[in-house]
Amino acid sequence: MTYVLKPKLHHPMLAKNKLGFTRRDYEGKVSTLCAGCGHDSISAALIQAFFQLDIQPHRVAKLSGIGCSSKTPDYFLGNSHGFNTVHGRMPSVLTGANLANRDLIYLGVSGDGDSASIGLGQFAHVMRRGVNMTYILENNGVYGLTKGQFSATADKGSKAKKGMVNADAAVDTVSLALLMGATFVARSFSGDKQQLTPLVEAAIWHQGAAFIDVISPCVAFNNHPGSTKSYDYVREHNEAVNRLDFWPSRDAITVDYSEGGVIEVPQHDGSIIKLRKLDAEYDPSDKINAITHIAQAAAKGEVLTGLLYLAPDAEDLHQHLNTFEAPFNRLGEKELCPGSALLDKINAGLR
Amino acid sequence: MSMKRIESLNDFVVKFANVNGSGSASANELFAKSFLRMGIPVSPRNIFPSNIQGLPTWYEVRVTEKGWLGRRGGVDLMVAMNPQTWSQDVKEIEPGGYLFYDNTKPLPPSKFRDDVNVIGMPLTEISNATFTDARERQLFKNIIYVGALSALMDIEPGVIAELIGEQYKGKEKLLKPNLNAFQMGFNYAGEKLKGMLGLKVKRAYAVGDRIFMEGNAAAALGCVYGGATVCAWYPITPSSSLAEAFTRYCQKLRVDPDSGKNKFAIIQAEDELASIGIVCGAGWNGARAFTATSGPGISLMSEFVGLAYFAEIPAVIIDVQRGGPSTGMPTRTQQSDVLKCAYLSHGDTKHVLLFPEDPHECFNFGALSLDLAERLQTPVFLMTDLDIGMNQRLCKPLQWDDARVYDRGKVMTAEMLDGGKEFGRYLDVDGDGIPYRTYPGTHESKGAYFTRGTSKNPYAVYSEAGADYAYNMERLLKKHDFAKTLLPKPLLTPAREPARFGCIYYGSTSPSMHEALEALADKGIFVNALRVRAFPFQDEIYDFCQSHAKVFVVEQNRDAQLKTLLVNEAGVNPACLISVLHYDGTPITARFIAREISEIVSALNVRPIKKDKAA
Repeated sequence: MTYVLKPKLHHPMLAKNKLGFTRRDYEGKVSTLCAGCGHDSISAALIQAFFQLDIQPHRVAKLSGIGCSSKTPDYFLGNSHGFNTVHGRMPSVLTGANLANRDLIYLGVSGDGDSASIGLGQFAHVMRRGVNMTYILENNGVYGLTKGQFSATADKGSKAKKGMVNADAAVDTVSLALLMGATFVARSFSGDKQQLTPLVEAAIWHQGAAFIDVISPCVAFNNHPGSTKSYDYVREHNEAVNRLDFWPSRDAITVDYSEGGVIEVPQHDGSIIKLRKLDAEYDPSDKINAITHIAQAAAKGEVLTGLLYLAPDAEDLHQHLNTFEAPFNRLGEKELCPGSALLDKINAGLR
Repeated sequence: MSMKRIESLNDFVVKFANVNGSGSASANELFAKSFLRMGIPVSPRNIFPSNIQGLPTWYEVRVTEKGWLGRRGGVDLMVAMNPQTWSQDVKEIEPGGYLFYDNTKPLPPSKFRDDVNVIGMPLTEISNATFTDARERQLFKNIIYVGALSALMDIEPGVIAELIGEQYKGKEKLLKPNLNAFQMGFNYAGEKLKGMLGLKVKRAYAVGDRIFMEGNAAAALGCVYGGATVCAWYPITPSSSLAEAFTRYCQKLRVDPDSGKNKFAIIQAEDELASIGIVCGAGWNGARAFTATSGPGISLMSEFVGLAYFAEIPAVIIDVQRGGPSTGMPTRTQQSDVLKCAYLSHGDTKHVLLFPEDPHECFNFGALSLDLAERLQTPVFLMTDLDIGMNQRLCKPLQWDDARVYDRGKVMTAEMLDGGKEFGRYLDVDGDGIPYRTYPGTHESKGAYFTRGTSKNPYAVYSEAGADYAYNMERLLKKHDFAKTLLPKPLLTPAREPARFGCIYYGSTSPSMHEALEALADKGIFVNALRVRAFPFQDEIYDFCQSHAKVFVVEQNRDAQLKTLLVNEAGVNPACLISVLHYDGTPITARFIAREISEIVSALNVRPIKKDKAA
């Protein structure tokens, strides 16, 4: 429901990047997500990353599936083409788009419902194929747009707003991406701009399938006291705003912690997520090491963040397919049609 | 009492009953091609159940100097090489027909019919005496029977030697034993089976410059010529060989000679949802893309096709139809996806369909569909079927005009945007319902838009306003209507004499229809025939229905799908339409059509006796 247009007035003192663009040139429409939504922080990190990398906004194609996260490409890079595709099927559309024009930068934005449930198959196969893209999964463990059902990344034992307890094992998208052959795998937290922005920049630079799982708390459907681990102050805060007759407006959760450190982050639902940032000495080029680290952290109830894996010798789909240098969408009959003389030869071979 | 013998020159049906995986396919094809080289048209058909190895498979060859390429029905000569299907195969032979079999092991008399002429030949014995390797013994047995048949039928041996030479060009090691096996069979039959077969051939001049090709290969080649660069597919019978043919042709015709790089990208996707998703992504980004599938794949693609229709993305979907519903009959033919494809997806949708009759049209329509998809910015369905797709069919040679330019449709460039041309992604500027689009990455500050399956205003801005939605839906309808002007027109075959009756048919029914029309005319039943080649229907189709007392609609499905579409979409009065439906999975035959139509016509001509009012 993007009825509000942002004024296009620029402050003359706004900082410009090497291309002469200001940060505003990387923004999109006004977000229609709930105030305090982690997804808006991710959009902000994306804007910052593209601005800092001096990328022309129109050279980016943004593709998404269906869901809260998939709406966000409308809220950044307003001069880029965007495509809000089909639920869970963004990876295939992005693959086709990438094949049609290898010269653009492809950004895939998805959610946990989109990627870990209905689209788990496409998620796995797009990683296998090594499509050159940055795939951002905005992970909140819940279906927001249809009002609070569990997603497949919800932890076993967690409680939904309507009281149901999740009995199913959670899909760990990071481990899955690694196993499927993604060549850049990272995890971060929407509130940790210090960590997220450089990760996004590195993913954009990566020539291959780059995946970032970004934990992003939902303010609307995890705002119930569903956990025994709740902090009193969060609960008090809850009660204070629940009297209002619209979605509670929250401050986005932000964190700041050092490499190798652990931080306990209270969520809007009162539960706590334990993030462990990778050591500075961690070697991301070792895939088996990465898988082990993720599993060990999970066993301790921690969620590992940072650049988990970076393949030293990444290849992308175009290399696998040995495709022509010029984008396919620029080729016409001169380059593509074999002509009548060859057709006559083919006819002769069919008699 | 002497047994009746079918005696026929250049006009008969031979059926081979083989075991799948026994190497019979290439021997049988060799047999079929030998007639073509003698100037006699043939129409072969693969009849195979959905199995890979060890199970029955049949190959039927209709030899027809008159050039009737539909399936005739009935078998004059059965080459029974599969003990599993023996009884069924023997039963199928016409009275007075022939049974050719391997008599190395004797069979009891109960295995034969007394109204069928039996020709026994010790194929296994002959093969085993010359070849030692088990695989070779099996393979050459097939060539030996081809040799025997050519002696029995008077196929010129030079023709077969020439074909074997072409097949094993550069593979001398295989050439010699093949020629040898052929000669063994030829000599044996020439000496010991002389005069036992009444089916003969004689050189004719009825083939001309026609080519012999499978529809799937022709459609694939049409996509190469039409400029498809992206193909995404998922294996499904009977369409898999289409994507495989596209791969083969691209490797030959689309590798850049300087760089060795491919001007094509083929993805065997994880499922049909991904196939159509890839096609949509490529089409959105300005590349020509297609997928090939069959009924179950179409069902899976339904959601994406709705998006492509509503978001106006070019996409080509080739549906090689088979028997449905569900898994149905994967290896049998039908025209039963017509309604589904016409209205595929949720909400109000209508799509463009093309109905090719043979490989020649598969090629033409394959290339055309890529132009149509970009001009109309919508999915286009090429509705072929197993009968056309997986059988070699004699057809006109393929043609391409080198002056032809691809129709890329309405694409707004950076220059046009800088020139101040107004861009509204869903704005009807020319009155044909077709808006302009921009490719992603076109311009720094103009022409970008957000593509979505949800409702929007003409400038691609999200809108749930009723007026915006209605404008868009009506424009899509206008565009659909405009499509008629671009589609292949229906083709009329007028009857020899003025006709009260008309007949509408489409796709693979074509050769049987023409043969049936001839047979009906010989009986004094004259029918004007109109071959529908596309949907939405042009006015000519409505006019044709209006100008006949009754119109037969001949289809290969149970529910009269094209007839429904004629009533729904062309406004034809259903009372004037009579369905002739064939849907057992085998290709429709001229005998069936002629019998059905003549029965209906004679019923219509019978005047009920006027009864006394008092009675």
